[in-house]
Amino acid sequence: MGWTRKVLRVNLSKGTCASEPLNMEWAQKYLGQRGLASRYLVEEVNPKVDPLSPDNKMFFATGPLTGTAASTGGRYSVITKGALTNAIACSNSGGYFGAELKMAGWDMVIVEGKAKKPVYLLIQDDKAEVRPADHLWGKSVWETDALLKSEHHEPQMRISAIGRAGESGVMYACIVNDLHRAAGRSGVGAVMGSKNLKALAVRGTQGVKVHDFPKFMQAVTAGKKVLAANAVTGQGLPAYGTQVLMNVINETGALPTRNHRDVQFEGAGRISAEAMREKRVTDGKANLVRNQACFGCTIACGRISQIDKTHFTVANNPKYWGAQGGLEYEAAWALGAATGVADLEALTYANYLCNEQGMDPITFGTTVGAAMELFEMGVLTTKETGGVELKFGSAEALTKLAEVTGMGEGFGKEIGLGSKRLTEKYGHPELSMSVKGQEFPAYDGRGIQGIGLAYATSNRGACHLRGYTIASEILGIPEKTDPLVSAGKAGLVKAFQDATAAVDSSGLCVFTTFAWTLDDIAPQIDGACEGGWTAARLLEMGERIWNMERRFNLDAGFTAKDDTLPKRLLKEAAKTGPAKGKVNDLGKMLPEYYKLRGWSPEGVPTNETVTRLAL
Amino acid sequence: MLKSLHIDPGKCTLCMQCEMACSYENEGLFNPAKSRIKVFDFHDRFVPYTCTQCAEAWCMSACPVDAISVDHATGAKVVSDDLCVGCKVCTIACPFGTVNYNHDTGKVIKCDLCGGQPACAEACPTGAIAYVDSDWTGYDKMRRWAGKTDSGAAQAHA
Repeated sequence: MGWTRKVLRVNLSKGTCASEPLNMEWAQKYLGQRGLASRYLVEEVNPKVDPLSPDNKMFFATGPLTGTAASTGGRYSVITKGALTNAIACSNSGGYFGAELKMAGWDMVIVEGKAKKPVYLLIQDDKAEVRPADHLWGKSVWETDALLKSEHHEPQMRISAIGRAGESGVMYACIVNDLHRAAGRSGVGAVMGSKNLKALAVRGTQGVKVHDFPKFMQAVTAGKKVLAANAVTGQGLPAYGTQVLMNVINETGALPTRNHRDVQFEGAGRISAEAMREKRVTDGKANLVRNQACFGCTIACGRISQIDKTHFTVANNPKYWGAQGGLEYEAAWALGAATGVADLEALTYANYLCNEQGMDPITFGTTVGAAMELFEMGVLTTKETGGVELKFGSAEALTKLAEVTGMGEGFGKEIGLGSKRLTEKYGHPELSMSVKGQEFPAYDGRGIQGIGLAYATSNRGACHLRGYTIASEILGIPEKTDPLVSAGKAGLVKAFQDATAAVDSSGLCVFTTFAWTLDDIAPQIDGACEGGWTAARLLEMGERIWNMERRFNLDAGFTAKDDTLPKRLLKEAAKTGPAKGKVNDLGKMLPEYYKLRGWSPEGVPTNETVTRLAL
Repeated sequence: MLKSLHIDPGKCTLCMQCEMACSYENEGLFNPAKSRIKVFDFHDRFVPYTCTQCAEAWCMSACPVDAISVDHATGAKVVSDDLCVGCKVCTIACPFGTVNYNHDTGKVIKCDLCGGQPACAEACPTGAIAYVDSDWTGYDKMRRWAGKTDSGAAQAHA
């Protein structure tokens, strides 16, 4: 068990819902969530499909540990071909929705086709129904959440929805569940919007069983102890959230600033975790109200914030005065350092808007950063921006663009393209800080060499969560490597990528791996699932998943040429800090990486590799 | 010594480990929909809530078939599945809403303190739910306030 062994197949073109058995042969090879849903995607979706066409499919997938007592066991992922990237997309979210879907009895929901008119999917345990959503279209994520709970008299229902961004074709629209947790990256919300699917509303009361309860509970209890005893998961993350990194990464000289022109941000301290805890002069309250866990999580890194009511962004808008999802590190960096804006309350507001209308703050913030550079160069003027003085450091410009982009209005439509399409349109593609169309997160590949390789080779475009070498290069987990040295990083990246693919297929959160290794995770999976799960088997499965995703992208038309970084990271040396004078040594790392992966010099998995991994 | 569940919402993170532990202990699977303790989300604070085991329990007084009795070892008011007829009068009588009907079994369910080892308190990672001396549930709070109390000199100069 662990699996419910049931898949819900929804055809929006026909308006039908059907139950089918989970492919258990695949479940034994790909476990669940990311791996298993990707296996379905590879089987059912032509890699060359237009992501926004009815032929693309979406997979809302839980893992075998989703909805169990395992710490952090509440994750689900949305797998599809990404609107932003044209590559395989897998966006992972916490909150409570994933566990609710599992409690309703479903391992996975497959969404096919396109509805003629707006619809939402209602799931109440075994019953599933495609229902009209005309009354929800045009509503924000928050309004949709409230309306659905109210009209079904079901306050315990969990909602995963798109906002106006997803409806209006923002290419990096995300899918938001539980008001402020998101399947955030690669434009999975844009795919959902293209299908006229507004929301999934789920109530599950059937519970989740595991294969061997006593064995499982023993492993779960042991795992929770390890998380509690670890300095990062037991103290740092609950107290400071991921924002604990802002000052650390800035001091490392790897905090990309003003569209990666700089690697250190003079305003970092003012937008950091420490700043969130300081009492404001205006009202004597701190930005941070408290931390919040996702389902089952004993770490609780989530931030709940309260904005300064006197701040110019919200002074006349009480809607935003209550406690809401606050800034995580990536969002604070993208909305702040990447744009040069050091106004914590403005970033908090922009982050609220990203949650409210459903867009990825990383790509939004970095796209604003790219647009600011175009504006400073004179390529963009107030004529294009609708009168916005788009200068680095302008909180007014940032928040104005968050408003219009979230609503899909005016110049927001252009910001909604993402930096790749935007900079191409204005003749400066070199200014897009992206790989495979997806923007970098909050670590500079010059000051942290391994993460540069991780970005270049990530199957979903630039991403820190596909191989978080920061753990080793900065935090010394599992062991410290020098961030400025590229030697040895190919192996490090591969190890992180493979292990993460396994974790992402389990239902657990990758943040557990600050404390857990696969040796802590395997017994929990083995207690939940039949089949004999060991760390070695999980690692091999991770490698299998990585190669499967890679082959999808190759079939989609990507080549080794796409495993690269923007010129800025390869040619323009870091100007300050410990990495001063450094560029990213991708040229040295990439061939070694291909070799370690068992790929040809063209980046294609060899026949031996395909056979070894039983792909 | 009689013990009570003592809840400190300030420590709760809304992780739901208590609901998972409760449902596993009582139903044999992970199912918050069948949990006897619920955690409520007020956005800026999260509040676990369950039966307080009233000394003169409304549910027990209201039950027409005497299906609710006192476990003298723990003080818990315990529902006997053998006797309960699912009339739900206790769910009306309880002022706090902590007795609820389970349509799968046709019986009501409520917290029984797990016979003296409450699974919710054991599972809580932050100490938001503790099982303490029922005569001194206020001890920590008193101590905190006591720590802020002095002759008044510090207040005057604050």
